[in-house]
Amino acid sequence: MARQEKKKDVVIVGLGWTGAIMGMELAQEGLEIVALERGEDRATVPDFKYPNMIDELRYGVRLKLMQAPAIQTQTIRRNASETALPYRSLGSYLPGNGVGGAGIHWNGLNWRPMPEELSLRSHVTGNWGEGIIPEDMLLGDYPVTYDELESHFDRFEYVAGISGQAGNLNGRIVTGGNPFEGWRSREFPMPPMPMTYDSAKFADAAKAMGYHPFPAPAGIASTAYVNEYGMQMGPCNFCGFCERFGCYQYSKSSPQTAIIDALKRKPNFSYRTGAEALRVELAPDGKTATGVTYFDHAAQEEVFQPADIVILAAFSLNNVHLMLLSGIGQPYDPVTGEGVTGMGYAYQMTGGITLFYKEDVFNPFVGHGANGQVIDDFAINQIDFGAEGFIGGSYWRAGTSNGQPIRSMSLPSGTPSWGAGWKSAITEWYGHSMSIGSHGSHMAYKTNHLDLDPTYKDRHGRPLMRMTFDWNANDLRMNQFMKRKMEPLAASMKPDLMEAGFKDIGAQFDVRPYQTTHNVGGHRMSENPAEGVVNRFSQVWGQHNVFALGAGNFVQNTQYNPTGLVGALAYWTADAIRAQYLSNPRPLV
Amino acid sequence: MLNLLRFLGAVVLLGLVALLAIIFLPVWKTAPTADLPADWTPVDGTGQYAMYASDCMACHTAPGGQPFAGGLAIASPMGTIWSTNITPDVETGIGGYTLDQFRAVLYDGIAADGTHLYPAMPYENYRHLTEEDVRGLYDYFMTQVAPIKNEAPETALDFPFNQRWGIRVWNWVALRGAAGFTPAGVSEAQDRGQYLVEGPGHCAACHSPRTPIFTQSGTVLGQDGFLTGGVVNGWNAPALLGEGSVSQKWDIDQMAMYLATGRNIHSTANGEMGLAVRDSLQHLSAIDTISIAAFLKGADGTAITLPDPPLPAGPQALPALDADAAGEATAQMLTEASPDMPLGARLYLDNCNACHFVTGKGAPEIFPELAGNDLVTGSESGPLIGIILNGASLPSTELRPMELVMQGYADRLSDADVAELATFVRSAWGNQGTAVTAEQVSAVRAATPHAE
Repeated sequence: MARQEKKKDVVIVGLGWTGAIMGMELAQEGLEIVALERGEDRATVPDFKYPNMIDELRYGVRLKLMQAPAIQTQTIRRNASETALPYRSLGSYLPGNGVGGAGIHWNGLNWRPMPEELSLRSHVTGNWGEGIIPEDMLLGDYPVTYDELESHFDRFEYVAGISGQAGNLNGRIVTGGNPFEGWRSREFPMPPMPMTYDSAKFADAAKAMGYHPFPAPAGIASTAYVNEYGMQMGPCNFCGFCERFGCYQYSKSSPQTAIIDALKRKPNFSYRTGAEALRVELAPDGKTATGVTYFDHAAQEEVFQPADIVILAAFSLNNVHLMLLSGIGQPYDPVTGEGVTGMGYAYQMTGGITLFYKEDVFNPFVGHGANGQVIDDFAINQIDFGAEGFIGGSYWRAGTSNGQPIRSMSLPSGTPSWGAGWKSAITEWYGHSMSIGSHGSHMAYKTNHLDLDPTYKDRHGRPLMRMTFDWNANDLRMNQFMKRKMEPLAASMKPDLMEAGFKDIGAQFDVRPYQTTHNVGGHRMSENPAEGVVNRFSQVWGQHNVFALGAGNFVQNTQYNPTGLVGALAYWTADAIRAQYLSNPRPLV
Repeated sequence: MLNLLRFLGAVVLLGLVALLAIIFLPVWKTAPTADLPADWTPVDGTGQYAMYASDCMACHTAPGGQPFAGGLAIASPMGTIWSTNITPDVETGIGGYTLDQFRAVLYDGIAADGTHLYPAMPYENYRHLTEEDVRGLYDYFMTQVAPIKNEAPETALDFPFNQRWGIRVWNWVALRGAAGFTPAGVSEAQDRGQYLVEGPGHCAACHSPRTPIFTQSGTVLGQDGFLTGGVVNGWNAPALLGEGSVSQKWDIDQMAMYLATGRNIHSTANGEMGLAVRDSLQHLSAIDTISIAAFLKGADGTAITLPDPPLPAGPQALPALDADAAGEATAQMLTEASPDMPLGARLYLDNCNACHFVTGKGAPEIFPELAGNDLVTGSESGPLIGIILNGASLPSTELRPMELVMQGYADRLSDADVAELATFVRSAWGNQGTAVTAEQVSAVRAATPHAE
């Protein structure tokens, strides 16, 4: 028999970005709230203290801030004919752990999707007709539009503290910003970060080819900053330890810099660490949830936390796993196409070119995670899908993020990976290369999905979640298109040597090398219960007192890093709960 | 001869009588400074507000103890003084106090049983509380604080300081002038600020220098030494008035931000001042912190304009300040980063520069200025050494809730390193602090628990 805690108004699973936002917003309604965080508490000092934090071996290679697979993992296969095996060694993606979650160790790239990306099915059918949509693609419109979300993108950017240059202020195109972006109601909260040499070089070349470079929108402080909660950031020093690391300088936007200390002052909010959610408990009729059962690691026992509202704010994959374990939504079956939970899992399609120069020196140790100049000339709203034969797009960025010695010293292919040959190549090439990255969209497909593994169980005896995922020809065609377009630009920059790294047609998913932690979908938003798990207010169709946040809500992935949309959807959802749900709890759609 | 002996005998006798009178005659207790009706009751919340303004919590609460139940050890030049239980518990607290007895504590430093309080209780300053606030405080402690039975440790100083009657003589010197508050009458805001500073805020207790017999050399505006800087527990309490003082260096809004949040575009509140912000000043209204700042700014006759809006909420981006003329040379040396620059400067680049910058100007509200910072340049180097070794943190406040922490470097820098570094920052950017020795660092390291 599980221990039972005193009932709360709201229980939040996970205290990262979305959990902290929901805690803050709902605490203002006077609700009694508890957040359950599986990992440990984390604070800038002492947890990210200098110089301990900038230990590439400990955090960059051994991934000490991440969710250890022994604690929670997935099984992975590429298609239904394979047997999924556990993801025992972190590679392709790196889920976070602890207070702050992935908001601690991200790179800080904070984008808004394009308006067309949120209405992608309409954009495609309106311009080219249904006919160009591949048969296996689950192409959808988000059930919420860019215009509806604009104030929420804005709110998140001003809470998180984003540095950047607006390109479209209320429809007016602003020189120096992204001319292809959706409209913004005001400027970024902070001016853009200064440029490094490689990004300036890229911007010059892009301009010469008629493209439109602009500074990447960065969750990295270019000045001291105070947000609406009075929370603070200090200006970045370009140390280059962003992704995989916590920031020791209060410079990277995170739940810690933006929300947590303000949230801690709310007497009606509390949180418990070492509290690992096991399942959402449903009422006998299945129409509402009664609370969350979690494992208390300090007491080594199961605990039931009753609550009127359950907010699932864990990492996307963990949210879906909890739903599958709790009977939230019918599990998706790719054979029949029935069911919704686990449907539409999507990822990110990336590629790039590395440019080597004998003479140029790039000082790669000067950088930050969201450094660089970007072009959106090959973005989703700039491409003729009918003519090019794919649906998708990407943004290109050049700007060194770090010069970490173990993983970030680019060498020409064919260089020995150890010994005298490696040493002499390091001497020759360290600091003499730069790269241009393509960060592309990834659509949802009938085959790529998440369900419960029939074989493997976790330490609590629960089935692991199984990921069935492989690259799709549509996205690979998009990637090859980017390669064809990027090579002439890279060549115009006259490197002594250049090497392209784009997945070829027919490439299969390899879980070993790091790719991105933009794991999206699985509890997608939808216009009706047959097409997704949650409605436009992130409210679960079947249990109206359960709300699910995060990138699991995505209908398909955008071409951008997901945090901006995740943050905006959290504020959008919080508004709906505050304005519509609390006074009259019910399905909002 | 006989006459002389008689005379001397008479003097001794008179002396004895006087001494006995000093010891045994009841002390004259100051009367109320205003005639309030007997049934006068404070407006809701004003008593608690006066408590916050007077910072009763800080001294009368032991670490981890119940609020106001006493038991905090206060280091004094005479020895350890234990704060008392001021909850309304009849047996161990002040539950048996009448209003007159309560007022005597605040105005005259006399407990209900007639004993003299040690002046760790700042009755030199509380003497200037209005009768309304005295009554408000009395009402608050008697009716809104829960009685807690807690026998705070008895203060037991060595001879002669255990002879409390001696304080009566001390009081003749310390308690100059009448009780109550006399406004300078410049403006409503400045008068309010003056009241908060002189009375409940008891700012002079730390920020006025102490005389050789440890009285405050200036408790109210116009007295010599008033708020011209003091030293408390090894920390410089910087000059608030006079040449080069805080009120001349900082604008009103920045002084007010500092009081309300423990941080402003120049500096951060550490040590005792951090506690004052945590327990007292952050609870004042915006207009009251502005008023305090306005009083300080205008104390030398400067005409005052109140800032509008009073205190800046977010969101706002705060650009860093450029080096000033005095700091230019240091900024240039650090920017050039020549390998033969002094060790202190190198240590600064390696450990401090990322936040405090080559300009020594830091970043507004988050990384304090080192150039011209009283904590960096003060006569007491202990706090600077302590912060380099063990770090520092700011209290969470309503307006700026972040518990900003500077990490310590005790595990990274040797005593010699810290001495070089501290000496560098005390002399860089035009700072005029004296050199720090490894021995001083060693002493601070030994005296402070290793934080992290």
